[in-house]
This record gives sequence, structure tokens and C-alpha cells, in this order.
Amino acid sequence: MTTADDAAAEEFARIVERHRPQIFRFLLSSTRDVDLAETLTQECFLKAHRNWGSFRGESSAMTWLMRIAINLQKDHWRNRRMQFWRTTRTNSVDLDEASEWLPSGEGSAEQHLLARERVGEVWKAVKGLSERQRTVFLLRYVEEQELSEIAAATGLSEGTVKAHLSRAVARVRLELGGKR
Amino acid sequence: MNSMNNENDAAKTAERQQGFESPETIDAELAQALSHFKASIHAWSEAAYSRPRTVAPTLRQRSWRLAAGWALGCVLVAGSVSGGLVERHHRIAAEQMAAAQRAAEQASQLREQQAQAKVSDSDVTDEVLLAGVDSDVSRQVPSAMEPLAQMMQDDESK
Repeated sequence: MTTADDAAAEEFARIVERHRPQIFRFLLSSTRDVDLAETLTQECFLKAHRNWGSFRGESSAMTWLMRIAINLQKDHWRNRRMQFWRTTRTNSVDLDEASEWLPSGEGSAEQHLLARERVGEVWKAVKGLSERQRTVFLLRYVEEQELSEIAAATGLSEGTVKAHLSRAVARVRLELGGKR
Repeated sequence: MNSMNNENDAAKTAERQQGFESPETIDAELAQALSHFKASIHAWSEAAYSRPRTVAPTLRQRSWRLAAGWALGCVLVAGSVSGGLVERHHRIAAEQMAAAQRAAEQASQLREQQAQAKVSDSDVTDEVLLAGVDSDVSRQVPSAMEPLAQMMQDDESK
């Protein structure tokens, strides 16, 4: 019995090590708040640890964790809306600051600047998306998940995921097109 | 092969007509922007993930901020409540003072009216008395001397 528990604990520890950065990244891109992303990541793995026994492996562990993270993020925004004073206490960085994080892969300084501008425009479009559109967009274009994985993580049908994604992309395209 | 391409195009057209287009139909510029966006988030996330953890101070800071916020809120509420009470107390005192002044004025007016009424009563009594006195005084001959006066009148007529 103890050996089985130890094995489960070891397996969970491996899962945490493997998926924690990705969950953190998704929550960071969703909230633009490092502290909040850390807190929600911790809560996500705490919840996963509590329910680890009920995980049957029907989906991948990543999809299961992502589903928990999405629900936690949803709960957080819902609580925030209900408790209006919390809205004044946000640590989200602004879009310009979020756009600064660009690896210096571009050739010239001008190209780098242009790439940063483009990233800023994408951030602006993402900010204007609905919660679902944003989640689907980030899972697809930042986490590079398949539509079926996104559908499993969000609990939506693939068709609905496609529709949200398409509208999100159209919004981003419009934002990029409007600046040309 | 051509028929497969046609089917794909038809599916994309159908999706567009339904109000959405396939996410894969993104142009090069958009693809590049999305790629930069992804790289930017990955870089930011890696930097934030590998930074030294400052969970405890942050928590402490947050609880301090929360406590300070609550204290400030309590002070503001207490201030506004006590200010309101003081204001109410002042208003009630002023109203009571005004009422007392009005009552005093009314009482003094009543006293004046009563005094005037008394004065007029005494005037009437004096007038009546004086009238009586005058009629008594105005008698030319006192009653005790009246028989003599009559005798004198009789002599004069003779």
C-alpha cells in the first residue's frame, strides 16, 4: 500500500515538474500578472494533487491540468467581478511592458522594433477578446495545442473552438491591418 | 489530388459562409506576428518562472496592504459617522436654542400684552373715580349748607 502511494506521489511529482512551466505560461499570458499566475499555478497543482486519485487517464495529464487551470482562472475573474474592490488591486502589466519580452532573433534594430510593435498589437487584440476567445487563442497559438486538445480542455465542441478561434484571429488581423 | 484541394477550398468557403474561417488560413504577415507573440510570451514566462521566489514577502506585503486598507476604511467610516453625529447634534442644539428664543419672545410679548391690558383697566377705573369726584366737587354748595342756601335764595326773591 505504501509502495503504491509512493509510486503515485512520484508520478505526480514528475507531472508537476513536466507541466508546471506550461501551466504557468498559460496563466501568465491569460492574466498578464506574474504573482497571480504563480498563485493560480500553485492552486492548480494543489487541486490536481487532491484529485489525483480520480484522474482516470481518459485525457492526457496536460489536458486535465489545463482544464483545472482554465476553471481556476474563470473562478478568479468571476470573484473579481463580484467583489468590485478587488478590481482596483490588479498587478497586471500593461501591454507595452508585456510586448518588451521579445528574443533578439531579428536581424536589425528596425526589424526588432517592428516585431515588438506587432507583438503589442497582438496583445491589444487579445485584450479585447472575450474570455473564451482569449483562452482558445492562447492555447492554439501560444501553447500550440491541437483543436481536439483545446476542445477537451475547455469542454467545448471542436466546432465551437474553431468558431472562437476564427473570430479571435479575425480580431487580431483587424488590429494588425488597422495599423498598416 | 485536385479533387481533395477542391474539397478543402469548399470546406473553407462553407466555414466562411457560416461566420468563421479556418484558423489555418492565416497569411504570412499574421503568422509572423503570431510567432513573435508566442516567442515573446515564452521569453517572459521563462524569465518570470526562473526568477527568485518572493512568495512570503509578497504575501506579507499583501496582508499589510490589506490591513492598511481596512484600517483606512474603518477610519474613514468612523470619521464620517462621527462627523454626521456631531453635525446632527449641532443642528439639534441650534434648533432647541431657536425654539427657546421663540418661546421667550412669545412669553415676553404675552407679558407686555397683559401689562397693557392692566394699564388700560386701571385707566378706566381712575376715569370713573375722577368723574365721581368731579361731580361731587362740582357741587356749588355742600349738602349740609343747602337749607341756608335756600333761605338766601328766598330773601333775594323777596
